[in-house]
Amino acid sequence: MTTPFTILAVILTIIIFIPLYRVVKGPTLWDRMLGAGAIGSKTLVLICIIGTIYGRMDMFIDITLAYAALNFIGVIAITRYLEKMRLKK
Amino acid sequence: MTNLQDIVAVTMVSAGAFFMFIGGIGIIRLPDFFARTHAIGKSDTLGIMLVLGGLAVHLGFSLSSVKLVIALLFVALANPTASHALAKSAITSGLKPWFRADEPDSEEQT
Repeated sequence: MTTPFTILAVILTIIIFIPLYRVVKGPTLWDRMLGAGAIGSKTLVLICIIGTIYGRMDMFIDITLAYAALNFIGVIAITRYLEKMRLKK
Repeated sequence: MTNLQDIVAVTMVSAGAFFMFIGGIGIIRLPDFFARTHAIGKSDTLGIMLVLGGLAVHLGFSLSSVKLVIALLFVALANPTASHALAKSAITSGLKPWFRADEPDSEEQT
C-alpha cells in the first residue's frame, strides 16, 4: 500500500520545483511571495504523505498543523509589512 | 471494504497532485501577478484539500484523520485569504493589472 504513495511523493517533489522558477525569476516582490507561499503549501502536503509512508501519522500531523499556521502567518505578516512600507512613501 | 477504501484514497491523492500541477503551470504561464494569484488561490487550494481528504480516507476513522480534517478546513480558509491579502497589498501599492492592449506586438498576434 505504500508504493503508490511513494510514487506520488516523488511526483510532488518534482512539482515543488515549478513555483521555485517564479520565486527566482519573478518580476515583482509579490510574485516571489506568492511562489514562496505555494512552496509552503506543497511542503505541507508532502509532510502528510511522508507521515503516511512511515506509518507515524500521529506524529507528523502535528508538524503539519504547525507548518500550516506558520505559513499563513508568515505570508500575512510580510503582506502587512509591504503595505505599510509603500503607504509611507 | 479495505480495497475500496484504498482505491478511493489513491484516486483522491492523484487528483490532488494533478490539480497542483495545473496550479504550477498557471504560476509559470499566466502573464501578470493578479492572474497568478487566481491560479494559486483556487487550483492549488483544491489540490491540497483533495490530497488531505484522500489521506484521511486512507487512515480510516481515528484521531489522526480528525486532525487531518481540521488541517483541511484550516487550509481551505487560509490559502485564499493569503492570496487575497497579497493581491490587496499589491493593488494598494500601485501595481497595475495587465491588459492585452498594453502589449507592444498585440496587433501582430491577433
